[in-house]
Amino acid sequence: MAANKTYWKNAEQLMENSSMVDQLEQKEFAEYIPVNEFLEDEQALEESSTSRRDFLKYVGFSTAAASLAACEGPVIKSVPYVVQPEQIRPGIANYYATAIADGFDFGSILIKTREGRPIKVENNPEAPVLGGANARVHASVLSMYDTQRLQGPKGNGEDISWEDLHLQVGAKLNALAATNKEVVLLTQTFASPTTAKLIADFTAKYPNVKHVSFDTVAYGDAVDAFEEAYGVRALADYDFSKAEAIVSVGADFLGDWQGGGYDSGYSKTRVPSKDHGKATMSKHFQFEANMTLSGAAADHRVPATPSTQKNILAHLYAALTGTTVSGSLSQAHQAKVEAAVAALKAAGEKAVVVSGIQDKDAQALVLAINNALGSIVMDANSPRLTRQENGSEVKPVIESVIAGTLGGLITVGINPVYSLPEGEAFAEGMKKLDLSVAFSMKEDETAAAAQYIAAMPHYLESWGDYEFKAGHFALAQPTIRPLFDTLQFQDALLKWTGSEASYYDSIKSNWDETILAGTSWNTVLHDGYISTNNASNNQYKAGDLSSAVARLASAQTEGLELVLYTKTGMGDGQQANNPWLQEFPDPITRVTWDNYLTVAAADAAALGLKNVNVANGALNGSYAKVTVGDKSLTLPVIIQPGQAKGSVGLALGYGERKGLQDEMNVGVNAFTFYNNAKNVQSATVSLADGFHEFACTQLHNTLMGRGDIVKETTLEVFNTKDKAYWNAIPVVSKNHMEKEVTSPEVDMWQAFDRSIGHHFNLSIDLNACTGCGACVIACHAENNVPVVGKQEVRKSRDMHWLRIDRYYSSDDTFEGDVATKENISGIGDSLTTFGQMEQAAENPQVTFQPVMCQHCNHAPCETVCPVAASSHGRQGQNHMAYNRCVGTRYCANNCPYKVRRFNWFLYNKNDEFDYHMNNDLGRMVLNPDVVVRSRGVMEKCSMCIQKTQKTILDAKLDGREIKDGEFQTACSAACSNGAMTFGDINDKESKISELKENERMYHLLEHVGTKPNVMYQTKVRNV
Amino acid sequence: MASHYEAPIRKPLVTGDKSYHDVTVDVAAPVEGVANRQWWIVFGIALTAFLWGIGCIIYTISTGIGTWGLNKTVGWAWDITNFVWWVGIGHAGTLISAVLLLFRQKWRMAINRSAEAMTIFSVIQAGLFPIIHMGRPWLAYWVLPIPNGFGSLWVNFNSPLLWDVFAISTYLSVSLVFWWTGLLPDFAMLRDRAVRPFQKKIYALLSFGWSGRAKDWQRFEEVSLVLAGLATPLVLSVHTIVSFDFATSVIPGWHTTIFPPYFVAGAIFSGFAMVNTLLIIMRKVSHLEDYITVQHIELMNIVIMITGSIVGVAYITELFIAWYSGVEYEQYAFLNRATGPYWWAYWAMMSCNVFSPQFMWFKKLRTSIMFSFIISIVVNIGMWFERFVIIVTSLHRDYLPSSWTMFSPTFVDIGIFIGTIGFFFVLFLLYARTFPVIAQAEVKTILKSSGEKYKKLRDGNE
Repeated sequence: MAANKTYWKNAEQLMENSSMVDQLEQKEFAEYIPVNEFLEDEQALEESSTSRRDFLKYVGFSTAAASLAACEGPVIKSVPYVVQPEQIRPGIANYYATAIADGFDFGSILIKTREGRPIKVENNPEAPVLGGANARVHASVLSMYDTQRLQGPKGNGEDISWEDLHLQVGAKLNALAATNKEVVLLTQTFASPTTAKLIADFTAKYPNVKHVSFDTVAYGDAVDAFEEAYGVRALADYDFSKAEAIVSVGADFLGDWQGGGYDSGYSKTRVPSKDHGKATMSKHFQFEANMTLSGAAADHRVPATPSTQKNILAHLYAALTGTTVSGSLSQAHQAKVEAAVAALKAAGEKAVVVSGIQDKDAQALVLAINNALGSIVMDANSPRLTRQENGSEVKPVIESVIAGTLGGLITVGINPVYSLPEGEAFAEGMKKLDLSVAFSMKEDETAAAAQYIAAMPHYLESWGDYEFKAGHFALAQPTIRPLFDTLQFQDALLKWTGSEASYYDSIKSNWDETILAGTSWNTVLHDGYISTNNASNNQYKAGDLSSAVARLASAQTEGLELVLYTKTGMGDGQQANNPWLQEFPDPITRVTWDNYLTVAAADAAALGLKNVNVANGALNGSYAKVTVGDKSLTLPVIIQPGQAKGSVGLALGYGERKGLQDEMNVGVNAFTFYNNAKNVQSATVSLADGFHEFACTQLHNTLMGRGDIVKETTLEVFNTKDKAYWNAIPVVSKNHMEKEVTSPEVDMWQAFDRSIGHHFNLSIDLNACTGCGACVIACHAENNVPVVGKQEVRKSRDMHWLRIDRYYSSDDTFEGDVATKENISGIGDSLTTFGQMEQAAENPQVTFQPVMCQHCNHAPCETVCPVAASSHGRQGQNHMAYNRCVGTRYCANNCPYKVRRFNWFLYNKNDEFDYHMNNDLGRMVLNPDVVVRSRGVMEKCSMCIQKTQKTILDAKLDGREIKDGEFQTACSAACSNGAMTFGDINDKESKISELKENERMYHLLEHVGTKPNVMYQTKVRNV
Repeated sequence: MASHYEAPIRKPLVTGDKSYHDVTVDVAAPVEGVANRQWWIVFGIALTAFLWGIGCIIYTISTGIGTWGLNKTVGWAWDITNFVWWVGIGHAGTLISAVLLLFRQKWRMAINRSAEAMTIFSVIQAGLFPIIHMGRPWLAYWVLPIPNGFGSLWVNFNSPLLWDVFAISTYLSVSLVFWWTGLLPDFAMLRDRAVRPFQKKIYALLSFGWSGRAKDWQRFEEVSLVLAGLATPLVLSVHTIVSFDFATSVIPGWHTTIFPPYFVAGAIFSGFAMVNTLLIIMRKVSHLEDYITVQHIELMNIVIMITGSIVGVAYITELFIAWYSGVEYEQYAFLNRATGPYWWAYWAMMSCNVFSPQFMWFKKLRTSIMFSFIISIVVNIGMWFERFVIIVTSLHRDYLPSSWTMFSPTFVDIGIFIGTIGFFFVLFLLYARTFPVIAQAEVKTILKSSGEKYKKLRDGNE
């Protein structure tokens, strides 16, 4: 039947013998195409200037040109992390394993590329060593797209070609070699086996060349002490995941201490679980001067000035080894030392003591203590190789440069003119040298002082091999062709040595010979790391420490002790032109775009230093004049709760300098005070005129006794009492019966079935979070969050979708705060008490709480939007339709968590906001999967819906079920501490479902009835 | 209208020996006369402020809301404060013309025209803010439930802001129609007196061809009554709905069931104060002392005193409930409101709104024109602070202390507010010179019963 059907195209067909129908049936084209006319029109063809031969020439040329362009140079294959798809397909991200080693940060990472351009750094969770990227490493991808980068080599201020540079430098090297004048190769720590080999080859050819490692932020004493004890120049490594008792004397091991990366191991021991009856967790004592991430995480934080720390360490040693020590500690310190000793003894081999005191005696003592404890936490057999500066080698180099007695200086990846206190003299000295070459990505101070500037590629454009830790290797591969006319230092070195090989060839042959041992090159390139199990057996050589103990025990200082430190967001300052990092709030002070002097409240009062809030809430701080030796700087002051009285803190890495955009020239250069590469200096501080305007993202520091915001308890209570005691669900009265707010009876809303499909939840473990901020930057990168600049942050208009709230207790403990609040009686009392609660205690407890959109199932923002731009998704997300948003900001006002961010101005392609989104280069970092928001719309955390959708679609294409752990948000993927877990609660087997049922689980502001899809795990303190 | 008899003890509502013709002449005088110097000066100032406001609005729309002092925590401040303030002021007009009409309060006749004009002009100011406070005001029409090309996309009927859209637009249109209906016979009067043809033509157009036939008058009375019936619920609904913007939220200090009556009382309070401010000047400038008498001012002052006291009770109730609720967030919100960083705004509000109207208990004070004028200004300052206190002090310290911050206005915030005041006075000054500012047709209906001349005549005859 169906075959008999006739389809009518038009009414004309009904008429028999219609000429129109005939015509249409006969002819293929409705309109006549004048092919013959065109070809027969000889005149037109003759007048055309393109002959047939010309045409063939053009074809021939363009084909040849296209093929030539396609096969320029040797094509070296990088191996993408995910093998499928191997080729670049539009819209599909490729991941490559590589490594960063910029002299300060070292680690194995994955790089996400889209359409051939790297857009995001991810952790390499499989890498056994340094596989978790910190905030700076996460942000480093943006540093590649930096407009201030050098675009090619320079000689005496002029652009020159690489050939000329090689010729001229080569000639000068030969001349210097002929006269046997010393040339110093002053480099960052490479920790690279092949580079070491190449340098050896180079120094073999030029015996007058001496290689000296220079760390911008040095750990010379620790390395020296380790060398003395074990005979190897390295840093002892620590695996905190094995620790039960940790005592840190001035070591911010959750921050940048000894290169950082210890936080993930630490966090593993900090999560109490009742799997086997009684829950356990490690106990952490921290003696420190500045308030650090480690101090914030500690169970017992004891403020102590650096010289007191030395005394404490001596007493600790004495108590643990049963020896005697002269001098005495203050009562408070003595009590805490005794408690620490007891905890260490109880933990046996699972105890560890670490110290950040930059003093060989102290470091030797630490090694001795850990040996005495038999600590399995410390790993001396496979030490870290990421800091190699030797003070005794560097000092003569600096002196000879300043004196102008050196023949030549080649600097690589460092900026000594900026980072040496005698920088100016160093720059003057450099100008007197016969040869000075600076390998740099920027035209910084050192490059400006050098005759030749060799433009270096970014690490994402480079090959490299590293040995972060003895026996653990990493390979770095370029993830993009060099954007500019740059050359790696190692390639230049090969040229100068007279080799034809490339650095890539050298790495490959070196690895084939020494490291691979049968493993395929491609496998390692794919994984990014390889561990060889040829750990050495470094034997501890106990020396006589009695004089060291005596020196430490008697240490004391006159005046204030200045403790120089590196900020989580800035490190040694080499990424200062990175707007993400500048706008990254410091985890402790939450100040952006600045460094400052941290002063204890008591000292500030004595000196007349103040912090005040102006009319719009913004923070102002007094200026202080700080003098160290004969140098002084005027610095803004932050009054820092927990700062040891008698000490002041100051972050390195800031200050005005070359190679930075004007906006990034913030803060002061603390390297001015970095005498002898020591982080503690004796200083005098006095009040200076005026107030500094800070851009601080959190203007209220205390929790005001609101214990339901950050729930916490102690390990003892956690182990002995019911959940109802320490994590009760708030109740509401209905018909005079108290009902839990989560009960459906008190729910006014019609619930809809959420059991079908996915339902996403995010769990944040307050015990595992160290406040490191990697998630903040990861969120920035993933979601194209704009940078708004110092002035806008000052106006409380930061755009961070994810913030890490930091609270201080105003009592000694947060528990005390709650008790204080509960005990308020009467109006007069409440007036004074709440006023007092606004002030943090002298040595407060600290807590971090990452807050992003809570994706409420009963979202207050959704009901109030007049245009329904904010609405709920089937998978639990609270959606934000930017295109629909008219910008009433009602949703932000009605958000109890204040997580919504408004586009007050146009933040992209706007000269008023001249950050990466305002130039073509910087915009290359944008994630094409996430829209860049326009002015006047609200934005907020989307629970990385672009990532969850991708996972769902991938699984659908593969026709499989989604495995637990496949769903990730940018923050949960960036968290190497396991503090953030994301997943589908409809998958009952998933980790997130388990966490949702965890006793410690609570929702933020549960009593409001918003039913969030983000949950928190109660913080448990082991006090 | 009822009989012409009125008890002799009632004070006359029209003083001076006014005949019907006198009323016509007095009301038409400002329209027919030439503007004096003071008018031009005041108009010039108002126009300058208005233009400055326009400049600030253009700057805001072209650059972004960031030109205001708002931040991530305080998403509304002067914008919505001004919005609620102007809407509140608008309330008196409807109350006077509709509610008092239904209650047959004859004294309203001298003031209802101007009060309604004030309503319309202030609702225009109010209506500006919801539009310009949007991040993308060029898409403001998206809040209207109009069929669109966005597929099934529709407005969100759950949102109090959407209710605002309906409430304000209904209010503006009903008020406008009501006002215009009342204007018809008066425009006709001006038309009939006009000498210049152009003027005659315009007023003929404005009076919709009013002929003065008995049928016209009958329809006029009926429509007025029906519109008054329609407008009366609006007096309650508009500010109730405005208060829902806050009452339906979850923010401590906003989430309050007392808001609807509290807002309505406050609105009437501020509206009457504004009527007082305007009329005390206008009666002097336009020589209308015989129509807008001290008795009128006194009656208005009594309303101000009563509504001010209602508002005061509401403030105290809020504090009591915050304490009684036992909710720590609620308690802190109110503690912070009264004693926190914005304590001065709270106490400015308290003294202006609760304490200052209490002076009106004294007859001497409430019949003093100067004193009434001062209090009327003070009340409106206080009512502005009330909205500022509710909006800003609730937002700046809500649940999570980490987000706590402060708000401080920029010159643009201030400029736009001053601009709307300028705009309002531009409209009102133009109105005062071109419109019959007293409902003379209505006043004439009570001239025989309540006019001093006729009252005297009656007294003489008795």
